[in-house]
Amino acid sequence: MGRIALNKVKKVFGDVEVIPPLDLTIDDGEFVVFVGPSGCGKSTLLRMIAGLEDLTAGAIEIDDEDVTEVPPSKRGLAMVFQSYALYPHMTVRKNIAFPMRMAGIDEATQNAKIDAAAKSLNLTDYLDRKPGQLSGGQRQRVAIGRAIVREPAAFLFDEPLSNLDAALRVGMRLEIMELHKKLETTMIYVTHDQVEAMTMADKIVVLQAGVIEQVGSPLELYHTPRNKFVAGFIGSPKMNLIEGAEAEKHGAASIGIRPEHLTVSKSEGTWKGRVGVAEHLGSDTFIHVHDTGLMDMMTVRINGDIDARHGDTIYLSPQVDQIHRFDAQDLRIA
Amino acid sequence: MAIVAETTKFSKFAWPILAWGVALIFFFPIFWMVLTSFKTDADAVKPEFLLWFTPTLENYANMTDNYDYWRFATNSIITSVSATLLTLIVGVPCAYAMAFDPSRGTKDILMWMLSTKMLPAAAVLYPMIFLAKGLGIYDTHFLVIMVLCLINLPIVIWMLFTYFKDIPKDIIEAGKMDGLNTWGEVREILIPLAWGGIASTALLAFIFCWNEAYWTVRLTTIDAATLSKLIEGNRAPEGLFFGRLSAVSTAAVGPIVILGWFCQKQLVQGLTFGAVK
Repeated sequence: MGRIALNKVKKVFGDVEVIPPLDLTIDDGEFVVFVGPSGCGKSTLLRMIAGLEDLTAGAIEIDDEDVTEVPPSKRGLAMVFQSYALYPHMTVRKNIAFPMRMAGIDEATQNAKIDAAAKSLNLTDYLDRKPGQLSGGQRQRVAIGRAIVREPAAFLFDEPLSNLDAALRVGMRLEIMELHKKLETTMIYVTHDQVEAMTMADKIVVLQAGVIEQVGSPLELYHTPRNKFVAGFIGSPKMNLIEGAEAEKHGAASIGIRPEHLTVSKSEGTWKGRVGVAEHLGSDTFIHVHDTGLMDMMTVRINGDIDARHGDTIYLSPQVDQIHRFDAQDLRIA
Repeated sequence: MAIVAETTKFSKFAWPILAWGVALIFFFPIFWMVLTSFKTDADAVKPEFLLWFTPTLENYANMTDNYDYWRFATNSIITSVSATLLTLIVGVPCAYAMAFDPSRGTKDILMWMLSTKMLPAAAVLYPMIFLAKGLGIYDTHFLVIMVLCLINLPIVIWMLFTYFKDIPKDIIEAGKMDGLNTWGEVREILIPLAWGGIASTALLAFIFCWNEAYWTVRLTTIDAATLSKLIEGNRAPEGLFFGRLSAVSTAAVGPIVILGWFCQKQLVQGLTFGAVK
């Protein structure tokens, strides 16, 4: 079981209120991603759940039990750190065994669990090595192994893939998702990378300045962002946000249109602009359009390839039913 | 090219010569001391016997027979070892707390601790002597150990703090998650990871204790007197007994020089701590 509830949780560092009172419930078995720009309080929130950071006010419950004052090791949670945080003086085997040794589990059980974890994480050949002799990806797998063997109520991941190179990151992302499907344990995952959030989460919590901007499934956030911040933060490339007269035409203070919801023509369209840089990905092309008179630079995403050269005139037309409208308080107009 | 070649030539010969020169200048007093310790007091003051003389062990025999060298040596060992251990027992938890759970005042406390080293020892000498006599601990091992511990504590805490700061906080926190209490963190993570740093700190502290003279000479008479006191006692009140003084000095610094020789690597690491990061 791993149902986690935050009730009016608050954190103040000195004079700065990092997290204003906040409520959140995470259901058993859910994969929840905390996402937001750096400094938004997502890591602090995770560390508060872990017990590594004290609460200024409020309470945390795990499986309906108040753990606010319970030390980290007694909360039944396991954490995977961005820096892996392996014990450099111990072999992989000893690293994985460590939490079990602390819990007083007998050696036969320890070894059985280590072997099982090593097998599922492809670490069997590396058990006698020290962390310094492993690659980044292997180290992170050891950190995950160390978390798995504890059989925690929930896994906490603090930007676990940030130190890995891009290719490895995609691979590890899939491994963590596989792990979640297999174990069906609650996982809380902190990242600033909205692609990770979108691909991994059952539920995304978007944070800004310690405040929850929106909670929802990835597609809910994509299709119906609650406000301008979420609209701009979720989706890659970013949503184009337009203010002023063009927005007023749609009865809004500002409107947003995703790059994939714009059609491109060389001869006619709603908005006219000049091609800046075009990024050709093969499957897609991202064209950055300048001089539209609407915003600094608009981004368009088109399937396949297009012959657009720097400086060419180009016409853009939004798919009207895909326009997001926001009021003067930046909230979504339904 | 010519300049480069000349520079290379210069550094190839000049630097080693310079280095050897400096080393010899530093080594010469020790060499002279050892040499003099094998001369009679009469020969010791005659310049013509600088290198050529009839060696004698008289001074060493005299030292062990008449001056009770072993008692002083034992006192030195007892006080230096105990003071070093005590300093570490206090210093490790202190530096741990400062490195991993700093408060707003941590930096100020570190600076304040260092500032105590700026206090001239002479300023507190008489208060210390009166205190020690008043408490009835004058000339006891306890007093010497406490004083040695206190004067070394600031440096020891600073050094340990610097080493501990190098250990990523995440590792300590991972330990917390895995079920360690504070003592467990120190035992399972801190000490194994900072072992080199702790060892070189201990070594330096031990050397400082062993060589300490200002306080050990003034706060002891017989019972807790260390080798520093033995040297001081042979400072020839009745004349110039260079042979004897040299023998005593050689026997006093001998153990620490030998220890230092074997632990050169750790010592250099300790002395240049924080220099390369």
